[in-house]
Amino acid sequence: MKLNYIIPLLAFFALAALLGKGLTLDPKLIPSTRIDKPAPNFMLPVLSSANEKFGPQDLKGQRWVLNVWASWCVSCRYEHPVLNDMARAGIAPIVGLNYKDEDLKAAKWLAERGDPYYKAVVDNNGRVGIDWGVIAVPETFIIDEQGNVIYKHTGPITRELVNSEMIPLLTANN
Amino acid sequence: MKRAFFTSVLLLSLLIFQSNSSAAIEVVEFNSASQEQRYKDLLKELRCLVCQNQNLAGSDAPLAKDLREITEKMIKQGDSDAKIKKFMRSRYGNFVLYEPPFNWSTAFLWLGPFVLLILVIIGLVMSIRRRQQEELFQPTRASSDAEQVKIRNLMRNTPSLKPKDSEN
Repeated sequence: MKLNYIIPLLAFFALAALLGKGLTLDPKLIPSTRIDKPAPNFMLPVLSSANEKFGPQDLKGQRWVLNVWASWCVSCRYEHPVLNDMARAGIAPIVGLNYKDEDLKAAKWLAERGDPYYKAVVDNNGRVGIDWGVIAVPETFIIDEQGNVIYKHTGPITRELVNSEMIPLLTANN
Repeated sequence: MKRAFFTSVLLLSLLIFQSNSSAAIEVVEFNSASQEQRYKDLLKELRCLVCQNQNLAGSDAPLAKDLREITEKMIKQGDSDAKIKKFMRSRYGNFVLYEPPFNWSTAFLWLGPFVLLILVIIGLVMSIRRRQQEELFQPTRASSDAEQVKIRNLMRNTPSLKPKDSEN
């Protein structure tokens, strides 16, 4: 007879725990479908460079970073110094995917704030961004020697994140 | 008087525009009505990744616009609904679909309500049966109220008062 009173109480706590857990999750963090899968291919013009093009094939055999950014993106301002530091440290080539931007504004941005990119490529209509599953800039990916995506971060990267998560992946021997 | 009129017109227009402000969707021309219907249905089923509680049909986000364009193009190319959904899913995951597919990670979501319903029905049937059985042992046809009270007291093992003569 007592069980009849305990069961609803237990059910309540179970539900409360489930919903409580739900409250701590960030709905903006949508897991990438590209992790451990081949990086979506592209061949895009390089910013401020008339005939040059770049594709992921060009960096096959080494680990590299793809950073999606735009001059209209506010939080890109916060991560830009971090990217500059990463480039200065020479950890890995950083490719900048200039997402739905204007070339002039993007070039001006790099001239003013420093250019951390091995290559900055132009994704004017955002179709390459869609192939990579980009939802909101900035987003940062790491691609391994075989050309697979092994890491994705949504939102601006920080020094702590670079040290704790990105550098171990970029310097790992595979 | 004139001012009141203008105010009411302004308020009315605000109301009208407010109700139409869901999204400024581009006008899209299709060759057939069935294609157009498919386009409309797909936009309802696909979620805008940026403003997550809106579908593609109702979102002003630039990404939603791009995904609408892709949907339109794929329909015009003759791609099936399944192929368009697969295109979206391979990029944004199951999250892009308002109706998630049935698999291990969504089994609880799909089956949970039915499991709960079955459990409740089982509990209900069990409690009804138990009550019916209890009632079989209950004196339902006691000849009088006084007798009923006496029997009940006997069953509960409570000492009953000696009935007064007048009542018997």
